[in-house]
Amino acid sequence: MSAAPAVEARALVKRYGRITAVDHVDLTVKAGDVYGYLGPNGAGKTTTLRMMLGLITPDAGTVKLFGRDPLVDGVRALDGVAGFVEAPRFYPYLNGRKNLELVAALDGGDAASRIDAALDTVELADRARDKVGGYSHGMRQRLGLAGALLRDPRLLILDEPATGLDPGGMRDMRLLIRRLADQGMTVLLSSHLMAEVEELCDRVVIISSGRVRYEGALDELIATTAGRYELRTTDDERAQQIAAAQRGIGDLERDARGLTFAAGERAATALSIALGEAGVGIAALVPRTATLEELFFRMTEEAPAGDLAPAGVSNDRRSATTDRHTPRAEEEVRA
Amino acid sequence: MSTVAAPRTVERREHKHPGVGTVYAWELRKLRSQKRTYLGLGAAALVPLIFVIALLSSSGGPDEVPFGRYVKETGLAVPLVGLLFSSVWLFPLITSLVAGDIVSSEDNHGTLKTILTRSTERWQIFVAKLLAALTYVFAALVVFVSVGLVLGGTFWGFDPLTSLSGTQIPAGRGMLLIGASALAYFIPLIAIAAIAFLLSTVTHNSAAAVVGTLILSFMMQLLAIISGLDFMAPYLLSEQFDAWQGLLRDPTDWAPITHAAWVSACYAVPAVLWAFLAFLRRDVAG
Repeated sequence: MSAAPAVEARALVKRYGRITAVDHVDLTVKAGDVYGYLGPNGAGKTTTLRMMLGLITPDAGTVKLFGRDPLVDGVRALDGVAGFVEAPRFYPYLNGRKNLELVAALDGGDAASRIDAALDTVELADRARDKVGGYSHGMRQRLGLAGALLRDPRLLILDEPATGLDPGGMRDMRLLIRRLADQGMTVLLSSHLMAEVEELCDRVVIISSGRVRYEGALDELIATTAGRYELRTTDDERAQQIAAAQRGIGDLERDARGLTFAAGERAATALSIALGEAGVGIAALVPRTATLEELFFRMTEEAPAGDLAPAGVSNDRRSATTDRHTPRAEEEVRA
Repeated sequence: MSTVAAPRTVERREHKHPGVGTVYAWELRKLRSQKRTYLGLGAAALVPLIFVIALLSSSGGPDEVPFGRYVKETGLAVPLVGLLFSSVWLFPLITSLVAGDIVSSEDNHGTLKTILTRSTERWQIFVAKLLAALTYVFAALVVFVSVGLVLGGTFWGFDPLTSLSGTQIPAGRGMLLIGASALAYFIPLIAIAAIAFLLSTVTHNSAAAVVGTLILSFMMQLLAIISGLDFMAPYLLSEQFDAWQGLLRDPTDWAPITHAAWVSACYAVPAVLWAFLAFLRRDVAG
């Protein structure tokens, strides 16, 4: 098996007129990764995936799949690669099986021999003789996955695969992706569903306004938020005043549920003593780890359009090419 | 989804990619599955039928056109007269209906990304689509001529045909010449198809491609009848549809056919090249 990364994008740029849809994106998906690709609508996710699959030409930069560049190697770069961008599309006047026969014919090799297994896998065997024009959105998603599986891929690129599926379908899709990953398939999963990404992915890239905000291990990203605390007291207003005056307490927020703040362990301990001395009862003081969703919003919403620095990263930390929000950078910010 | 084991990932060997023939076969299968395909072929069968019914219900014939005076003497004349009339709108319409749709329908269905992310190169898909469109046009021409010939023969027999030089052409040779005439008629149709194909590729819109091709075709017919623009007529596609008449002279006059060939090539080759480059370079972003 090739030692080259499954996906290696370097300084990838795509412009549409004055809009830079993808702005010097670097990412590396290693073989065996289940790699989450996150970003709000219009962030440049689908454009990046299209460049990976050779559907659109980058204005600058390169993308290689297992060491092959679609621009140089043509469809040979897609050997061992399958997937779909946006909703998978098929010929509405052909039935599901005929559509798979068509794409299998365009794949060559022994793809056609996998049609029955693929239909069974996505549970469409019963509807395979129906025209795709009558399929629901969820059925088309499943047919898209079946079409991808015909290529027996090493790398599966999926763009919002759970979109339009009912809760059961979403769960089944997650199980299937997990099973494929367990069998050694590399998965690049673009998704809006944070729970899905948290459950499935071991590495993530977060993109906003065409730029990478973070790329790295998911658990490392979440670990960067350690050091936040939730505090509930008998008198939150008084507790807020005390915390605000306390050294080492930062990013203090108060809502109906209580207070949250950033602090080291020593400062949190000092605060609890100060609260006790002030006669404020502590109902709960709990270390809190941010969810991926919180981190996602923090990285993608707090950066003003004109200033693409990720949340908490000052401009002088920005690299010349990307605003990479690495775990190391996060630690530096916290420090 | 089922717990049936998903396909196993195995050590990869070099993948055998399909050829143009495979893609072409599937383009034909797709055409066979679409209603518009039968609309065109149905029209190609219906028009000669209507023509024969009109002839049967009237005492005279279209005497003003070549072979018009013989349509009730021999069935061999029926498809030839039909070809004359059909160059005005029928074949430009049938041609643009499919050639103008074959690429843009992929855009309309969003399926271009589906087929371009398989193991087939863009040029293969382009060539297969072009060949499929031309095959369809040729099939429509065969249907048209065959139906005209069968109906003509049924009602007026297969007596010898009088050539444009006044000599008699026996039935057997007459049928061969009708076949050859259909081939000559196909030459400007290739150019019409190429223009429709180009519009389909660059507009990504079937309606625009079909209507655009028809407008171009009608414009050329209009230019051909404007007396002040006579100098243009030999270079208009619409005029090349009569080239086949050279085959029905004695001796055969090849000049109009070679003229039609290079004039048609002047339209077809740039159109195909333009479409080819556009198809190869385009971003599939929709």
